[in-house]
Amino acid sequence: MRTVSARSRLSSWLTRTPRARLALLLSAPLLWLGLAYIGALAALLITALWSTNAFTGQIERVWTLDNIRIVLTDPVYRAVTFRTIGVAVLVTLIDAALALPVAFFMAKVASPRWRPLLVAAILLPLWASYLVKAYAWRSMFGGGGLIDWLGAPFGITSPGYGLTATVCTLAYLWFPYMVLPIFAGLDRLPGSLLEAAGDLGARPGRILRTVVLPMVFPAVVAGSIFTFSLTLGDYVAVEIVGGTKQFLGNLVYDNIGAASNQPLAAAVGLVPVVVMIVYLSLSRRAGALEHL
Amino acid sequence: MFSLVDTVPAIRLAGLRKSFGPVTAVDGIDLEIADGEFFAMLGPSGSGKTTVLRMIAGFEQPTAGAVELAGADVTRSAPFQRDVTTVFQDYALFPHLTVRQNVEYGLAVRGKGRTERRELATAALASVRMEAFADRRPTQLSGGQRQRVALARALVVKPRVLLLDEPLGALDLKLRQQMQVELKQLQRDAGITFVFVTHDQEEALTMSDRIAVFDHGRIAQIGTPTAVYEQPQTEFVAGFVGTSTVLDRSASEGVLGRSGTFMIRPERIRLTPAGEASARDERHRTGTIAEVVYLGATTKYLIDLSSGHRITASEPNAGSVRQRGDRVQITIRPEDAVPLE
Repeated sequence: MRTVSARSRLSSWLTRTPRARLALLLSAPLLWLGLAYIGALAALLITALWSTNAFTGQIERVWTLDNIRIVLTDPVYRAVTFRTIGVAVLVTLIDAALALPVAFFMAKVASPRWRPLLVAAILLPLWASYLVKAYAWRSMFGGGGLIDWLGAPFGITSPGYGLTATVCTLAYLWFPYMVLPIFAGLDRLPGSLLEAAGDLGARPGRILRTVVLPMVFPAVVAGSIFTFSLTLGDYVAVEIVGGTKQFLGNLVYDNIGAASNQPLAAAVGLVPVVVMIVYLSLSRRAGALEHL
Repeated sequence: MFSLVDTVPAIRLAGLRKSFGPVTAVDGIDLEIADGEFFAMLGPSGSGKTTVLRMIAGFEQPTAGAVELAGADVTRSAPFQRDVTTVFQDYALFPHLTVRQNVEYGLAVRGKGRTERRELATAALASVRMEAFADRRPTQLSGGQRQRVALARALVVKPRVLLLDEPLGALDLKLRQQMQVELKQLQRDAGITFVFVTHDQEEALTMSDRIAVFDHGRIAQIGTPTAVYEQPQTEFVAGFVGTSTVLDRSASEGVLGRSGTFMIRPERIRLTPAGEASARDERHRTGTIAEVVYLGATTKYLIDLSSGHRITASEPNAGSVRQRGDRVQITIRPEDAVPLE
């Protein structure tokens, strides 16, 4: 009986003090956020401002902006940065172009009975290992692979490993992350709005341009945050299908591994962080963050 | 005015049917709606009235039958090809556009220039007294204001027919009554055929020139509000439009001394204290008041007759209200008992 009354006293105290309730609820996740996320980012920033001893390879805690300067001015680093951002943009555009009709079909054409099955079908590839899927694309692009075989009657041969293969693989890998927000956005779009536009005389193309796209744009931006940031940080798929082409992630990997220059790796790692901060603040303007 | 023989009807429906899988929503509708008519489609939910409206607009394809607008067969035409606009039940205003842009949408589609669009939209908004809200977003408006904008948006393109799907359903009582009057005025000023769907019999009676009462995908009765209210043909119409007492074969014998099924409106039954004399050519019976329902302007009485039947009567509240248990004499004039099919 005593324990019960102690528990009920605790419950009633918590009921009376909403602040204590909030503190109990949020202290663990906030601690995690603070340590793991903010802490790691801060460590990254600080490491980028240190230097390495050229002979021993040891990190020296001497403040310097050299690493940042190298990342910003070295032509190789700049080329890789622009390549990475360019591919991220391309992957995002391809995914958006493919996801819009698919999501529209799922949300507005398919019968409610089919909808959950289609969502499951979109999610299904996420259950397979990322590596397996990347290697599957490697085998398709390889000599004598699926693309060579299918293209043979038309005189088409696989472009081999390189940027094209990387763009295709990444667009495939991140496709579900683009479809789902757009599907959610279209699902929330009342069908009567499309009917009203047609009723007022608009043809399907015009309805798409003047009603569907403006209303679903924030959802597309929401999806693009995933496709863009995931591409920006990827290096494994690039390693597998990218041939000799490198992304920012590969530079980070090489600097930590082969070159053993952790401060320079940290400076390179800051580039996607900065790009994403800019991208997110632009997305916020488009109202996309409410669609995540 | 709208039943001249040589004029082409604004809308003609012939053998219209619509099935959704195994369910037949609309089961053979033949109907002509004249140019300039204010026409109501009245019925309970699931009676097929909204489906008929959607087939006129082109949102649904009929399973069988034809839709004609001004004499032209549009059964297979897309919504954007029909000279018809709709006021949707949820108003369906574009949330990413301002009120003015919403109203201008149909004009822009029709290729009207900027200045003309602006003038027409301003006039349309003025006609529904919403010109002050032109630059707001629909989400910043109340339900009644949204409805006015939806009306302006649909009327500004000067359609031949305006369809209204439960236009007043989401408004509160006072606003609804005010909009009933305004809709009627708008229709008269615009000279456009209005077809509106409602489940509210009072709305249908007050606004329309003619009413079609829907029941299970068919039209149970078509007529003027007076005809539908005073001379219902079936028990369903008598029960759905207004309140009534329906006397079946045996009850008619007992209460009226006639054979057949009859309907009597409660306000047509005269109540007098039991024992008072009355005219010789009227049928009267005595009964006891079993229930008193006070309705403000009138009071409804459920009366158990000495013959064992129960009828509903009502009286305007001009003096004192009768009490439960009072003995009353009821008088029904023969012409007030309407024979049903």
